[in-house]
Amino acid sequence: MMDMKRVIQKAITDYCRSEKWAVFAVIALLVLAWCGTVCASGDPGHGELLVGGGEVHGTAPHGIPGGGEQDELAHGEHHGDVGHEGGLWTYQKLNTRQELPFYLLLIPFLPLASFIFTILFGKRLGEKHAHWVPIAAVLTSFVCALIALKEVMNGNRINCDLYTLISSGSLNVSVGFLLDELTAVMLIVVTSISSLVHIYSVGYMHGDGGYYRFFSFLSLFTFSMLMLVTGNNFIQLFFGWEAVGLSSYLLIGFWFNKTSAADAGKKAFIVNRFGDFGFALGVILIFLLFGTLHYEPVFSQATKMVGQSYTLLGMTFDMPTLVALLLFCGAVGKSAQIPLHVWLPDAMEGPTPVSALIHAATMVTAGVFLVARCNPIFGLSQFALDVVTVVGAVTCLFAATIALVQTDIKRVVAYSTVSQLAYMFIGCGVGAYGAGIFHLFTHAYFKALLFLGCGSVIHAMSDEQDVKYMGGLKKYLPVTYWTMLLASLSISGVPGLAGFFSKDEILAMSYASTSGAGKFAWAIGTLVACMTAFYSFRLFFLTFHGKFRGTEEQRKHLHESPRNMTIPLCLLAFGAVASGWVGIPAALGGGAHWSHFLQPVVGHPAVHLSHATEWKLMCLSVGVGLFGIAAAYVMYVLKPGVPVRIAATFSLAYRWLYNKYYVDELYFATIVQPTINIGRKVLVKVTDGIMIEGIVNGIPKSIGVISGQLRRMQTGRVHHYLAYMASGAFIILFWMLKR
Amino acid sequence: MIPVNWYLTLAAVLFCIGVYGFLTRRNVVIMLLSVELMLNAVNLNLVAISHYMQDLSGQILTFFVIAVAAAEAAIGLAIIVTVFRNRRTVLGDQITELRG
Amino acid sequence: MLTLPQFFFIYFALAIIFLAGMAVNVRNPVHSVLLVLAMFFHMAGVYLMLNAEFLAAVQVIVYAGAVLVLYLFVVFLVNIKEEIRLKRFIGSYTTGRVITIGMLATLLAAAWSFKLGPAGTWSIEAVREITHTRALGIEMFSHYMLPFEIAGVILLVAVVGGMALAKKDRNRATTTEERRALMRGEELGE
Repeated sequence: MMDMKRVIQKAITDYCRSEKWAVFAVIALLVLAWCGTVCASGDPGHGELLVGGGEVHGTAPHGIPGGGEQDELAHGEHHGDVGHEGGLWTYQKLNTRQELPFYLLLIPFLPLASFIFTILFGKRLGEKHAHWVPIAAVLTSFVCALIALKEVMNGNRINCDLYTLISSGSLNVSVGFLLDELTAVMLIVVTSISSLVHIYSVGYMHGDGGYYRFFSFLSLFTFSMLMLVTGNNFIQLFFGWEAVGLSSYLLIGFWFNKTSAADAGKKAFIVNRFGDFGFALGVILIFLLFGTLHYEPVFSQATKMVGQSYTLLGMTFDMPTLVALLLFCGAVGKSAQIPLHVWLPDAMEGPTPVSALIHAATMVTAGVFLVARCNPIFGLSQFALDVVTVVGAVTCLFAATIALVQTDIKRVVAYSTVSQLAYMFIGCGVGAYGAGIFHLFTHAYFKALLFLGCGSVIHAMSDEQDVKYMGGLKKYLPVTYWTMLLASLSISGVPGLAGFFSKDEILAMSYASTSGAGKFAWAIGTLVACMTAFYSFRLFFLTFHGKFRGTEEQRKHLHESPRNMTIPLCLLAFGAVASGWVGIPAALGGGAHWSHFLQPVVGHPAVHLSHATEWKLMCLSVGVGLFGIAAAYVMYVLKPGVPVRIAATFSLAYRWLYNKYYVDELYFATIVQPTINIGRKVLVKVTDGIMIEGIVNGIPKSIGVISGQLRRMQTGRVHHYLAYMASGAFIILFWMLKR
Repeated sequence: MIPVNWYLTLAAVLFCIGVYGFLTRRNVVIMLLSVELMLNAVNLNLVAISHYMQDLSGQILTFFVIAVAAAEAAIGLAIIVTVFRNRRTVLGDQITELRG
Repeated sequence: MLTLPQFFFIYFALAIIFLAGMAVNVRNPVHSVLLVLAMFFHMAGVYLMLNAEFLAAVQVIVYAGAVLVLYLFVVFLVNIKEEIRLKRFIGSYTTGRVITIGMLATLLAAAWSFKLGPAGTWSIEAVREITHTRALGIEMFSHYMLPFEIAGVILLVAVVGGMALAKKDRNRATTTEERRALMRGEELGE
């Protein structure tokens, strides 16, 4: 028996070790995916449904701008035929299919399978092969996501429950999938970045003890994120929400031997609790209001909330505002906006690919996705939208100012992420959800690129993260240099690159917004555009230009990263440049395909902005961006002494910024310390010492006392027993008579 | 004509005398005898009510009570004999084996 | 003015209460048994007043004749002379009295509030026509056959049980002393 077992084990191990096995796995997964596609597209009702969609909506199918809209565009105005007032959720009118194609299932479940496989067998596969299954799975997911995108562009949507988990009364918790324009965009973002990060990690995590663990967690994260974006109900959204939080925790604390990493993981998890608490309340409130948790019925009946109100502690809340703000709580936590932004910079303790994937491109944008997804709810409350805008604007400025002075290369990028996420919220807040998602899309590429570039630099610098010790890396890391340059140009909003189009769209929309908050956000946004350019190029110049400031030891080890790291960088650089081209605004002669593509889901703000105004705004933002770049060039390349003098002159401001406005210290003093004190003084002493131990020890003690008294009844004398019996009989008799 | 309540009163008094003896006497034999008194009180009730309700079921039940009383007496007295043989006493308050 | 049956009832009642009260109070168990014997005869008289001749006969034969004789035999086991010198009542007899008085009050209240239900088929005339014994027999062997058989089994069990309990087994240790002797490993003596 034992021999048999050993032989089989050896056979499996040998098979696993051989290269052809990995190739076979990839091919099998691809074949599986294509089979699913063929099955799905073989559906006969396909074409008719497509026609139906065009009719009902009154325009040609999305993604292919039809004649009518072209005419309007020719007039050169941002124009939406679906206003915020008139029921954005038009799903039941559109052609939504009720059956689940196989490729859609593969998208989230392949990473799940790869997670299970890798966590179980990864150790045995060893560093040479552990990454094959995750990479194959996520690449297949990417292919499937492309198929899904094609389906959506053909005008087909899918909204279908896969399996009902709980059916209790009106509560119907199910695993269901919704494929529409928004989901398709998110799928592309998540799977493409995830694929590239997986590949990049092969080089970056080389030689790490937890190599297979890293890949399995990455797969787990991908699964969670895909579940989040594909869900067709709030419970699945919440599941994905918490699952990405979990994988984020696992990956931030990946090097759990490092105290700071373990603490950062805990911090991320706990800070997110605050937001998720509100989010959970919002979901519960939605269930109470609508009796269902599926998007479609909730959003189609969202207008029935108008006029309702909820009174709590003497304060009356408008119902749509309350629901929207509760949901926004979750978004604030997950997307690291003020006041819950503190976890994201600390999350940089995790490996850099994790920062790129989770803390820049995908998970942190879940908040934006949530707001965009729930736009029928947010659209009902101008107040909630204003809150979103103002929170976004304040965070935008706040994070950008901190990023100006930080010296940790990853922290600068992290604050930049917070700031860019705030841009997306500004976009959502002024009702331009499409613009927010557009920025999400472009930002994912250039920010992932920035992070991966940082990772490449850190890799070359033997895990040195402080820019004070870098400099002059241009000649050592040419690929990283050029790709980072593209990413920095993109984030600075240099015309023609991705960041320019999306950021400009948001700024234009906020300028055109009728609310004061929108105008405020525009002013802040334009200011921050300058800062963004400045801090991005400050980082860039400090890292790649000037003289090398590190140790001799580090200089000797400087090397360009291996090819499996540079190829993802190049691909991402392409994304950072080109991803904006899908949404070139009409003012620049583009088709504004993006906003038309997303319009059925998120609508389009009913704003009118002339081309001339748009041009002016564009010039302004580009101008401040270029000014920021120039300032950085002057300060960090031409006259390196200037920053030090400025820091000395404005030492108070510098200290505030350098210490991140002392927010961490403030939270420590106002929340953490009181909590610890309450824990020590109240919970340990009163609750635990008196109440719990009182109950735990008191009950046995009282039982002992009572039974001690009771056992004295057991005299063994028959007369006593007889007396009990007789008195019992007497009492019963008496009671019966009394009746 | 004698009202039925007279019989019931007599039975109640007799029953209580039985209870009294049962609860207070030390001698187990007298306690058993008190049980016989209580049983007789019950019998009296049964017969009286049976007579006044013109239904013989009560008297039949009396038969069974007598039969059970006889059985009880036989068993009870046999137990007393055994206890006396072991403990050399028939005083209830000296037999405290029930305490365990 | 009392009618004759009422007069007889009062006599019987007073006699029964007196005899029973004496029986639970006298020191000497033999007297106690004999007083109960007298009480049973009076009880039989009450049964006669209630037209239950057969039961009266059973009362005399079974109770007075059999059960009380059994009691007498058991009482003779006890050392009467020593018994008379001992206390009659347990230490806490007050509890017993309180319970008794409470129960008496309750039962008397019940007795005086008692109301008869609708009359059955066995009127005095109907019973008299076929005699009481026959009437009982008809009732017992028709409706109460199974309980009758069970009562017979109970009596059988009592007989067997009484014999098994009271028998002195020569081969087995039945007294504590004998058991202790056995545990010490001694042979059982006579």
